[in-house]
Amino acid sequence: MTVAALSKRSSRRGLAPPMVGLAVLVAFFLAIELLIQIGVLNRFIIPPPSEIVGSFGRVIIEEHVFSRFLLTLGECLTAGVMLTVFGVAGGVLMHRYKLLQQACETWVAAMASAPIVLMYPLFLVIFGRSAWTIIMMGFIAALPPVILKTIEGIAGTRKVLVNVGRSLNLTAAQQFWKILFPAALPTIFVGVRLGLIFALINIVGVEFLINFGGLGQLINELAERYDLAGTYAAICFVILVSVLFFMALEKAERWLRPVD
Amino acid sequence: MAETGRLRQTAVTAPGLSPVMLLRIAIIFSVLAVWEFLSHSGWLYRDVVPSLLAIGRALIDLLASGDYYFNLGVTAGEIGTALALGGVAGLAVGILLGANRFLSKAFEAYLYYLGPTPKIIFFPIMIMWFGVGPGSKIALGTLSCFFPVALNIAAGMRQIDKVLIRVGKTFRASTAQMVFKIYLPAMRHPIINGIRLGLGVALIGTLLAETKLSNKGIGFLIIQAYSIFDMPRMYALLIVLFVLAIGANALVGRLGGLDSIKRH
Repeated sequence: MTVAALSKRSSRRGLAPPMVGLAVLVAFFLAIELLIQIGVLNRFIIPPPSEIVGSFGRVIIEEHVFSRFLLTLGECLTAGVMLTVFGVAGGVLMHRYKLLQQACETWVAAMASAPIVLMYPLFLVIFGRSAWTIIMMGFIAALPPVILKTIEGIAGTRKVLVNVGRSLNLTAAQQFWKILFPAALPTIFVGVRLGLIFALINIVGVEFLINFGGLGQLINELAERYDLAGTYAAICFVILVSVLFFMALEKAERWLRPVD
Repeated sequence: MAETGRLRQTAVTAPGLSPVMLLRIAIIFSVLAVWEFLSHSGWLYRDVVPSLLAIGRALIDLLASGDYYFNLGVTAGEIGTALALGGVAGLAVGILLGANRFLSKAFEAYLYYLGPTPKIIFFPIMIMWFGVGPGSKIALGTLSCFFPVALNIAAGMRQIDKVLIRVGKTFRASTAQMVFKIYLPAMRHPIINGIRLGLGVALIGTLLAETKLSNKGIGFLIIQAYSIFDMPRMYALLIVLFVLAIGANALVGRLGGLDSIKRH
């Protein structure tokens, strides 16, 4: 057997599981459609998948999904910029002053496990029912991983690189910008990626909860109108956006960390 | 030399006087002082930053009221049920995906990519399916908790020492025996880690759902304090909630011996 035939066969074998996964998913939706059509499932609780697919176009055009998407994306990017600036600065500061790190790192780690998003009524009082409540919520809730990963990244710089800097008599600033920061960048990006994912989750969540802003509000509005197919379609759209966002960040991370 | 060493050690471990502890105390006092100053300065809207005394009084009132414990019980029950349902489902799916390469390749990507999506947006669907009562909150908590548990278990399964699996197979262990005698004991740490992550997201999912639509639970109390603009009470509720959430997280980690991994 030739090498080409072998590789073709193995790639076909590699494609089989995802195809089965997709087939099961399609079969599941077909079964739901059938159960709704024959009246086993109540169509006023679960709309038929065909109706959901059909309402996609309507929701996209009538509900201005594109501008809502841009609004959510804008909020997310603003929170992302703030996260990167304050999170990385916080991490660098804590690495620079060991005492500060020893005193506060546990607190930051505890913050990461605290349900910060529950503070949204407090942020509503402080910032009003505005985009800033949403952005600040996304920012605060996603800050701990960026700080922790920045510290981890800088602390994990290989000793040999630090020694090269020392042997070249670099100043503290040069040592940071030429050695520590570039070496820590891939790990810092892992933190920023995690932070952006947390920010997106919290931003869409708070939009939904306070009924303000972009995609989260869309779901709330459609649900309040009892537009079931539209609600399901909007949820599918938000999931799709989140997954694409997640994939894009993953790709960027792989680009930054080509070796691992 | 030995004496000097002992003396030095005594000086370093003197309780409560280490520079780290001093800095912590200084930070806490500075934050409280700035807070108190802001609350009296009139720079911010009245009651947005209530005085520490008002928050302390609200905290005592809260902890002394039976109403709080009733609502805490409701929320704890919802979170516990969500964790049990989501945890068991996650465990089963995780073991299945971790043990079978084909199933993992077919379905794990869906879990992996659906995991970090915002779960609260499913709340309208949960209300339709399970009503406006605790059912919809439990369902949302279960959904939130399922993904991290399943993904952690599946990853943990793949990290089990192959020798252990071979030993089980050599003894001709049945599937149930393999699960209970090999897989689960070998995956203690990934399971506890999964439960810890699951607990965190189940707590957030359940409480957020309570703030959106409910008439009992801690989430309801928070949003009620917001609607009547009782800010000291809202701060008190958030403080209690954060302490409970961080404490529960640390407790699960400690019970599962997660701190021992770091030490070794």
